[in-house]
Amino acid sequence: MKLRHALLGAAATLAFAPAAMAERGSDGQVNIIYWQAPSTMNPYLSGGTKDLEAASLVLEPLARYDQDGNMVPWLAETIPTVENGGVTEDLTSITWKLKPGLKWADGSPVTSADVKFSWEYCTAEGGGCAQSEKYNDVVDVETPDELTVIVRFGVAKPFPYGPFVGAQAPVIQAAQFAECLGAKAPECTDANFKPQGTGPFTVVDFRPNDVIQLEANPNYRDPEKPAFASVLFKGGGDATAAGRSVLETSEFDYAWNLQLAPDVLANMVSAGNGKIVSGFGTLVERILINMTDPSPELGDRRSTVDTPHPFLTDMAVRQALSMAIDRELLVEIGYGDAGRPTCNVLPAPEIYKSTANDGCLVQDIERAKALLDEAGWVPGPDGVRAKDGVRLSLLYQTSTNAVRQDFQALIKQWWEEIGVETELRNIDASVFFGGDPGSPDTFQKFYADVEMYANNFDGTDPESYMANWLCKEIPSPETQWQGNNINRYCSEAYDALVAEMAVTGALEERAELAKAMNDMLMQEYVILPLVDRGRVSAHSNTLGGVVLNTWDSELWNVADWYRIE
Amino acid sequence: MTDMPVEETEIIRPPRNQWLDVWDQFKTHKGALMGAAFFVFILLAVTIGPLIWTIDPTYIDIRARNQGPSLGHPFGTDQLGRDTLARMLSGGQVSVAVGVAAMALSLVVGTFIGVLAGYFRRLDGILMRLTDLFLALPLLPLLLVIIMLFRDALRSAFGPEGGIFILIVGVIGITSWMQTARIVRGDVLALKEREFVLAARSIGTPSHRMITRHVLPNVLSPIMVSATLGIANAIITESALSFLGLGFPSDFPTWGRLLFDSTDYLQQYPERVIWPGLAISLTVLSVNYMGDGLRDALDPRIRGR
Repeated sequence: MKLRHALLGAAATLAFAPAAMAERGSDGQVNIIYWQAPSTMNPYLSGGTKDLEAASLVLEPLARYDQDGNMVPWLAETIPTVENGGVTEDLTSITWKLKPGLKWADGSPVTSADVKFSWEYCTAEGGGCAQSEKYNDVVDVETPDELTVIVRFGVAKPFPYGPFVGAQAPVIQAAQFAECLGAKAPECTDANFKPQGTGPFTVVDFRPNDVIQLEANPNYRDPEKPAFASVLFKGGGDATAAGRSVLETSEFDYAWNLQLAPDVLANMVSAGNGKIVSGFGTLVERILINMTDPSPELGDRRSTVDTPHPFLTDMAVRQALSMAIDRELLVEIGYGDAGRPTCNVLPAPEIYKSTANDGCLVQDIERAKALLDEAGWVPGPDGVRAKDGVRLSLLYQTSTNAVRQDFQALIKQWWEEIGVETELRNIDASVFFGGDPGSPDTFQKFYADVEMYANNFDGTDPESYMANWLCKEIPSPETQWQGNNINRYCSEAYDALVAEMAVTGALEERAELAKAMNDMLMQEYVILPLVDRGRVSAHSNTLGGVVLNTWDSELWNVADWYRIE
Repeated sequence: MTDMPVEETEIIRPPRNQWLDVWDQFKTHKGALMGAAFFVFILLAVTIGPLIWTIDPTYIDIRARNQGPSLGHPFGTDQLGRDTLARMLSGGQVSVAVGVAAMALSLVVGTFIGVLAGYFRRLDGILMRLTDLFLALPLLPLLLVIIMLFRDALRSAFGPEGGIFILIVGVIGITSWMQTARIVRGDVLALKEREFVLAARSIGTPSHRMITRHVLPNVLSPIMVSATLGIANAIITESALSFLGLGFPSDFPTWGRLLFDSTDYLQQYPERVIWPGLAISLTVLSVNYMGDGLRDALDPRIRGR
């Protein structure tokens, strides 16, 4: 079978070489390597990205996200909103319409019953569905006709796009999984390894934690796609080897998630066989500024709201610290193609991205110095600025990681240039992020003046992420140091914006609110965003149509991939 | 040492300082001689070197990053453009200082406990169980706990670098005295039954004088040897700590830290791993050879053979 496909592919390429995208299956085989091997093709039974992405070749949701984080209808006709009547005014139900004429790979029609079944499957008692949070608050799914699905929520959902949206919540075939509900889910090996799908490919052979063979879905809705007749999906190895197999030896066409040092990647690219694509999500490396005093003399009350910080509560100091940083250089040193400088703690999706703070991209040591002079911080004999006996001396902590230590060294030099003494500390990552209330070194306790780490949020909706900086989220001994407002920022105006967002449904208004919150944090300089860290993958020069997407599966548009001769 | 020069031989051979004899014997051990020469070289390099090579080891010249050897930077520069030679020199200062200081501490503690345990029978049981207890302590987890507990206190008292220096020297010192103590105790036990000790005791020499006059000079040779091994051990432990990313602040160079920082660039810039690696291994090797030579030279039974 493989040989036949290969011959067919070869013949097809010879015949249609100039019109590469002309016909289904005309471009032979595409080889994809994921250095983490998929162990199932059922995304409801695994939280792993590798499994979700492998499954996305076969299974599809009603709507998914494009490379900018915007929703695009997939199996549905349109995206339901309040304006087009798809979402009710009280935000408790959403009505999806399926595209007419959709078929499963076995030729049977896709109906609203399949969609409803997907919800039942994931929420069945004892099923251990990995994606159940996608179906939070869903009380019922109604199917008035073959193509209409109404999802009803128990509470008002300003963002009702959890169920059946994105690679984590695709539609599965009711007929195939009917016997696999609840505790029986993992036992249906055949269904889990070879699910019937609506996607461009269908599984021929699945070897867990090794190789998946797929071929073009004969019933795919677009008769001209996919251009490839088959897919070889290889799993396992490490990021370096995967990068080499695409960029240096050309054994594979696409390699996923290459977390490698910029020079290492650049070295591989110089072989000239492929290129690197990067996509950006919401992961931002940032410096948090402690608004409370971390001095050890304060005992139990250190780093709590009872003890304001002696000098970081002065906005001029915070602003000067931000101005002294050259973000472009940090990106160049630490991340290369996998990063870009940012001035926002909420850098994406596109509609939430503020442009009000872009001034921070330019390093300006002189203005930073002037700012400190104006605020009354004058350099002492040792070059360290002081005012009323308070010296600008910082303890700067982060986790142990080569890139972070380089960042620390660079930023220390810049800060010392503007007269701020900086002491560095690095803490083992498992301790730093461990969250153990007994350890003094966790990022929540924040027993330092500034600290650096990266954080992001799941999905595309920033509501819960922006709610991190609520006053009530401040960690303290009373809350066992739990809470997300790590830098102890507290503002009534900010809290009001968060409350407003929780009751706002329209996407544009939500975007305005999110931007306003982001700008507030940025313009008060309580967080200094440094680098927007992205995802890096590589594809060979002969593979076309790749659009890297960090909001959904990287293979979201595999139907549009083609061979460049 | 025990062989007092006999009066009659004075005419034939002028009295010789025993240390000259030791030196004569030491000279015959080629490895020890080379080791000593190299160790002196390293000591000079790290103490006088930074006065001659005046580039600041922590200064970041970002335009000059990842450079190979050149006249301006004989060992090249690192990923942030810091001069590798300057970092090697100031890193060596810390590593050697930690090595020597921790050795001295462990030597004092080890000798004290060893002599007491060997000389006073009543203390023997308790002190040797204490030694066993310390031998059973896992060093790295212990260090982690100690660093977590005392870091802030020492930092406020002695500053970030001074505090960590005291902490690391202290920790390495108090966790590496056990071998010395056991060796010294063994030697003291044997020595205690020798005729000259019995003779001294029979004329009523008090214990403290017995120990300082007769016992200590005679156990000097094992102490010296364990001292040299101790330096090597302490340098390696400090390197291991820095290699794990613990210990000194990340911008404070030590040989172990340099090695740790360079491992990511092993493929592209192997020389950055080689320099600190070579410095650590050669220093440790030279000190071991020195110890070997000293043991031979200090043992009168071997001397002259």
